[in-house]
Amino acid sequence: MASLEKTILAVITTQRERVGGGVPIFYVKPEEVQRIGAHLEAILDAMVHELQEGLYIVVKHA
Amino acid sequence: MELYQQAVLLGIAMGFLARLYMLRTDYRQYPTYPHGRVIHLALGFIAACLGAVAVPSFAEKNFTAVTFLTLAAQQFRDVRNMEREMLSKLDRDELVPRGSAYIEGIAMVFEGRNYLVIFTALLVSLFTYMFNFWYGIVAGIGCLLLDRLWMSGQSVGHIAHVEEAPVHFKGPLLYVGDIVIMNVGLEANRQLIAEKALGFVLTPKNEDARITLSHLGQRQAILHDATTILGVYRDAGTPAFVPMAKLDLENGRVGLFLLPQEKDVDKAMRLIRRVPVLEGAVRRPTQASVNRTS
Repeated sequence: MASLEKTILAVITTQRERVGGGVPIFYVKPEEVQRIGAHLEAILDAMVHELQEGLYIVVKHA
Repeated sequence: MELYQQAVLLGIAMGFLARLYMLRTDYRQYPTYPHGRVIHLALGFIAACLGAVAVPSFAEKNFTAVTFLTLAAQQFRDVRNMEREMLSKLDRDELVPRGSAYIEGIAMVFEGRNYLVIFTALLVSLFTYMFNFWYGIVAGIGCLLLDRLWMSGQSVGHIAHVEEAPVHFKGPLLYVGDIVIMNVGLEANRQLIAEKALGFVLTPKNEDARITLSHLGQRQAILHDATTILGVYRDAGTPAFVPMAKLDLENGRVGLFLLPQEKDVDKAMRLIRRVPVLEGAVRRPTQASVNRTS
């Protein structure tokens, strides 16, 4: 069985209506994005990627 | 001294000397540890003994003794397994792993060097037996030179041009020159990368080199060697700072992204050129019959 190499652990967004699904979603103010992102990165040993302005995913790279 | 004794002793001495000579410890290879060295010197001694006694036993028409050489081959295949196993285990604890292709290459070298020792000892004892002591020594020195020739392979500098390239961002995308490396989401990480990172672009010199460079194991070997010398600015669980080598699919160039502790462009360029080309990564499509127009 193929193992998952990358997993989306969380989504950080400033626009609540644009994301949904089975992943933890952090709905934050624009000025909080970087701080929350840094915390999640450190806690989860993962990396924050920017998809577009105000929409970020936290990805675990195996 | 009796002729046989002379031949065997000189063979062993020269063989052992050859192993000593080939056991160079440098930055990229184990044995860096005193005990690792002892293991390899001991095995080298055994190899030298096996090679040296082959000629007298042959001369005495003791052919069964010669078949012991096959046992030796088995023995030294185990050396390869031992190396592979140990390095693979150590690799799990590396911040920037060697990669299995590199480990396989190192393990192969250890096995191969033992055969070179057998060959050296065999030739020295043969020359001593057939001519005299002095011919044996000359043969031994010749073998050492030959060993040196066989030991050295190509390095990255032979197959690619290495140039420094600027590390920069377009939005969240990190570039080395014009090659995309990754998406960095956090502003703090971008600043740190912009400040500390080094970027290089490797341009393959020909079609064969292009395929060799695209080999993942080869690229991992470059990253590993670069970080062993220059250090790496990361800890476990910081995927944003992992050094990477990405391919430009259009022309086979490789973009190298490094985060060294020591930001020294000159040293980095020199050491990238000196990274060995892995035997497992070498491809020569230009030699294939379909590519040769007659």
